[in-house]
Order: sequence, then C-alpha cells, then structure tokens
Amino acid sequence: MYATNYQRATSLDDAVAKLNAAEDGKFLGGGQTLLATMKQRLAAPSAVVDLTKIPELKGIGVDGGTITIGAATTHAAVAGSKEIAAVLPALTGLAGSIGDPAVRNMGTIGGSLANNDPAADYPAAVMALNATIHTSKGSYSPEEFFTGLFETALDEDEIITKVVFPVPQKAGYEKFRNPASRYALCAVFAALTSDGPRIAVTGSGNEGVFRVSEMESALGSNWSADAVTGVTVSPDQMLSDMHGSAEYRASLVSVLAGRAVKKAG
Amino acid sequence: MSEVTLTVNGREVKRDVEDRTLLVTFLREHLGLTGTHVGCDTSQCGACTVHIDGNAVKSCTVLAAQVDGSSVTTIEGLADGDTLHPMQAAFREHHGLQCGFCTPGMIMMAVEIVKRHPQGLDEKTIRKELEGNICRCTGYHNIVKAIDTAAKTMQGQPAMAAE
Ligand SMILES: Cc1cc2nc3c(=O)[nH]c(=O)nc-3n(C[C@H](O)[C@H](O)[C@H](O)COP(=O)(O)OP(=O)(O)OC[C@H]3O[C@@H](n4cnc5c(N)ncnc54)[C@H](O)[C@@H]3O)c2cc1C
Ligand code: FES
Ligand code: FES
Repeated sequence: MYATNYQRATSLDDAVAKLNAAEDGKFLGGGQTLLATMKQRLAAPSAVVDLTKIPELKGIGVDGGTITIGAATTHAAVAGSKEIAAVLPALTGLAGSIGDPAVRNMGTIGGSLANNDPAADYPAAVMALNATIHTSKGSYSPEEFFTGLFETALDEDEIITKVVFPVPQKAGYEKFRNPASRYALCAVFAALTSDGPRIAVTGSGNEGVFRVSEMESALGSNWSADAVTGVTVSPDQMLSDMHGSAEYRASLVSVLAGRAVKKAG
Repeated sequence: MSEVTLTVNGREVKRDVEDRTLLVTFLREHLGLTGTHVGCDTSQCGACTVHIDGNAVKSCTVLAAQVDGSSVTTIEGLADGDTLHPMQAAFREHHGLQCGFCTPGMIMMAVEIVKRHPQGLDEKTIRKELEGNICRCTGYHNIVKAIDTAAKTMQGQPAMAAE
C-alpha cells in the first residue's frame, strides 16, 4: 500500500471539510473494498476520511412501513436485525449472504452502494424495493443513483447518509454465488411493491444492476414462478468472464427469477 | 504518522506508526505477535482473523489507526496460562490442523461463531460460517468436528468423544 493519511471524521461537515482539504482524498467506510484495493496499489488516495464514527450514519429504524438504515451500518448488523427480519426477511438474508462473517463485521451498506460493484448484493434490493438513497446533498431514486459499472451519481465530496426501504407486500432474493469470491454471479430480487411487481438483477448486467420490465408485467397479471421462468433476457446485455458466459448468465436470470418469486410466496 | 493505542490481549500498548500500517502488520511487526498469519493479499483467506471489540475481523484489511482505542484479541490471548481455551483444546483433540497455517484464524473465527450462536450449532451452520477461512490441508472435516465439540463444551453441553 502506498502512503496515505488516516483521518477520523466526527460529523458530516467535518468529513466533507477533511475530504476537501486533502489533495486526493477518499471516504472510508468499512474498508472491505477500498483497503483491499489500496493493498493491491490499484488505488492510492492521499488521505482516507473515516465515516464510520459519525453517530448519525449509524443505526436501523423500522416504522410505519419503512426501514431506515444508516450508511455506516455493517452488513452484520442488518443480517442480525430482528426488527428487519420481522418485516422483510429477504433483506436480512441478503445482508447475511455478503462475503463471510469477518467481511460483514466491517463492510457497510453505504460503502457497498457507493462502490456499485456489478456483482454486489445491495444494489438489487435498492432497485427492486425502490429505496431512496439519502446523501449529504439530497436524495436519489435507484434509477438516478446507479449510473453504470462502479459508477454512481455521487459527487467526490458527497456522503451517503442513509437508505430508506419501503416495506413491500412480499419479497424474495435468490443468489447464485461465485463459490470462490462469494459475490453474485447472478442474483435476482423479486418484490411486490405498492407500485406493482419489481424484478432487479445483479451480478450479470454489463451496466450493473437492472430491472426486467417484461417479467414485471407478466407478474402483474399472474404472481407466480411460471410467469417469469419463460421470460428470457438477451445475452447482449450480460457480463461475460472466466466465471460465466453471457449466455449462461442470461439463462440464470430466468431460473433465479422463478426461484426468487417462489421464495417471496 | 498516527499514535495508536490498543488494548491487545488485555494489555495496553501505544505505538507511533505510519497511517498505512495494517492491523496485522502492527500485531506481527510492531508487537511481535506472529501467531496472526497472512495467507493472501486479497482479503479472502481468513488466516489473519482477530477479534476487535469481540467481533471477528480480517486484520489484513483494517488500518491500525482505524481501530485506535479498541480492544484486540489474538490467538496469543486465548489460553489461560498453560490451560488451552476449549476451542484450542478441541482442535488438538480432533486433529483440526495439519500444517497449522490457517489455524489461528480458524480458531479466532470459531470462537466468534460459537458466541453468535448461543442456541447451538449444527454442521451445516459451521460450514457456512467458515466460508471466509480457507484451509489447504485438512479438507475441513476435523475442523468442523473440533468446533462442534468446543461449542458444546463452551455452552456446557456434553461433548462428543474424539474418534
Ligand atoms: C472477501 C470479500 C467478499 C465479499 N463478498 C461480497 C459479496 O458477496 N457481496 C457484496 O455485495 N459485497 C461483497 N464484498 C464487498 C463488501 O460488501 C464491502 O463491504 C463493500 O463493497 C464496501 O463497503 P465498505 O463499507 O467496506 O466500504 P469501503 O471499502 O470503505 O469503501 C468503498 C467505496 O465507497 C466509498 N464510501 C464508503 N462509504 C461511503 C458513504 N457513506 N458515502 C459515500 N461514499 C462512501 C469509499 O470512498 C469507496 O470508494 C466482499 C468483500 C470481500 C473483501
Ligand atoms: S491474510 Fe487476511 S484474509 Fe488472507
Ligand atoms: S492446516 Fe494447513 S492450511 Fe489449514
């Protein structure tokens, strides 16, 4: 790792000031992506500004049909939340499928969303549940926020503060893990929301997380696994790498969508 | 440079270190606690697992400065004098190691797994919880058996006999 300067922020304003004072600073969440990248010398920020000690970025709240998760909340805290499990077990299950226990003890929802890895789990839940991403500058719908592979609408000095998930009528998440990395090779989040069915796919799209509108309309008239397993997506929009071809991933989308809908019940 | 103060295995330590110093480097090179191992550079193998304020964490993917003020437990801090921790004793009893490289990380993770499952553990759960700890030698079978036994001892149930 190249030399860097560690700074602990005590408030949102303090974090922004520290970032802007650095020549080439980066915010630090749990470090499970950023530090790993710095170790490989693929990133070399002159300073890292730790957001995880800012009190207002922590914590989970469930009330009146919404779940609010502070950006610095760890995957382990979400996975272990009895409050969330009582209303949206698909979300605790998703958080519990991220990496391994040690990664979950450090990694945060804010870091995961800001990173927007095309194989990450949280983007699927945010997209399928039409969650709102709140930041130090405003708020975004998922369609506004996720702008491409590892790309988001965030400015350099913009901090995700919390994510607000509306609780759906039902939801299911089905993940086909890469057995080595444990990231999603393909994963589908299916939800019946107040705006109708929503299907979001992660791990497979060549522009990151995406929705499958044909599946959503099929589910509108017939909420069942059969309604989606017959719908195919084009390999042209799929990632292709040593772990799976575009055709393989396209086939997984239909299979996993069926399983996710079935899980939702 | 940062001044980092940690309570390591119950003892307070203070060192001036470069900000980029990883916790594992702090433990191994600054404190001489070489029981914590480094098995990869991709945050995947778990050989470096230690406890930070009771939670299992990969010490190769945390800056020492990031955990300033915390309490850290390493494999050196588990035994009570000459008496092995029940998890260490079970690994010995069940032959849960061969070369031993992954063992410190396995044991630190295993202790946290037991702590997080006061209701008890089954084989499937143990295997799932070990996803972030890689062993190149044992095939995991005896590691799983050791954890199952230690869990029962730690939770005060009768342990299964060693084979
Ligand atoms: C072995 C391993 C396996 C993994 N498996 C999975 C998996 O199966 N699924 C999965 O989804 N992920 C997986 N991950 C990634 C993990 O979920 C990370 O925790 C996550 O991607 C990044 O979160 P973090 O808090 O660690 O962020 P960091 O690594 O600290 O930061 C990541 C990026 O986000 C920025 N950032 C952090 N917090 C904020 C914020 N609040 N506002 C704005 N920007 C911010 C940082 O500047 C940085 O650019 C894995 C990681 C490892 C090491
Ligand atoms: S050395 Fe830390 S995970 Fe491999
Ligand atoms: S005993 Fe050799 S790596 Fe596990």
